[in-house]
Amino acid sequence: MTPSAALPAEVETLIGAVQYEETSEFPVERGYIWTSLSSVENGNPLFWDDSVAAELTDGPIAPPSMISTWFRPHHWAPGRTEQKLPLRIHFDLKEKLDLPEAVMSDNSVVFHEPVRPGDVLSTRQILRAVSDEKSTKLGTGRFWEIDVEYHNQRGELVAVESWTGFGYRRPS
Amino acid sequence: MTFEDIAAGDELKPLAYDVTATTVVLGALATRDWRPMHHDHYFAVERNGVKDIFMNAPNQAAWFERYVTDWTGPRGRLGRMRFRMKGSVFPGDTMVLAGTVRSTEVDDAGCGWAELDVTLSVEGDVKTECAVRVAVPTAGDDNPWSRRGDRWRP
Repeated sequence: MTPSAALPAEVETLIGAVQYEETSEFPVERGYIWTSLSSVENGNPLFWDDSVAAELTDGPIAPPSMISTWFRPHHWAPGRTEQKLPLRIHFDLKEKLDLPEAVMSDNSVVFHEPVRPGDVLSTRQILRAVSDEKSTKLGTGRFWEIDVEYHNQRGELVAVESWTGFGYRRPS
Repeated sequence: MTFEDIAAGDELKPLAYDVTATTVVLGALATRDWRPMHHDHYFAVERNGVKDIFMNAPNQAAWFERYVTDWTGPRGRLGRMRFRMKGSVFPGDTMVLAGTVRSTEVDDAGCGWAELDVTLSVEGDVKTECAVRVAVPTAGDDNPWSRRGDRWRP
């Protein structure tokens, strides 16, 4: 077996550090909520019938599973010279570890306060762990775990999302 | 549905859906995922080494949410979802969502919970596993959405 290469110090120091504290580029809005519901043919009246939303949630809310949607950057924006990347730590690790390909394997999310139309969310990313080198059917690389914490404009925690990614080099 | 209607071992009614390119692309754009492997066939084949564009994870999360809340009704409130991606879902696949109640509990705050094991399969092969913790009403007048702070323990 080939010994696993040591984790670069510049990556080691990032583990546990809070990075990329950002505010969403746009408020939560119902058009996207309905587009998402439509994409999966979700007829839950909580999201379509305002009287149900008023009774159960004191007004409209977003489906909890949409949480990451509110933080994906626009594909283009005026004055921007590079495409802004979501989950920046993931792409940083690809570059710092020289692993050109990557996939996401595990994703978990814990839901707290409901997200409502008009909310402006903020987020921060935390690298939790990076594995030794592993070989899979995709190639050889490393797994990493990243947490994304989401808060609303009132400072309330709305969700914590955890991602496991695998960055790799395809077999030549 | 209330907590008393649920027991460990209960099976949810499966949901079958024929996936098309529109399903994949609509799902990706609805989740603001512009990455080309979810809309560009040639990128998916040549860069990712797979046979076609494939469903993205956030859209699969939306499918799982729809499946679970179809079962609970609108008072069902998701507390936690954990996904394990084992394979990709492509246009032309018929995906089948199925689920089982692993356990139930009423927590110290009086909230009723069901822990579910849900799968998304194609031709019997599990492509994604999703463990779901969902709050359900303990009685007809209970509303899990009204819980805040220490009364909400997802």
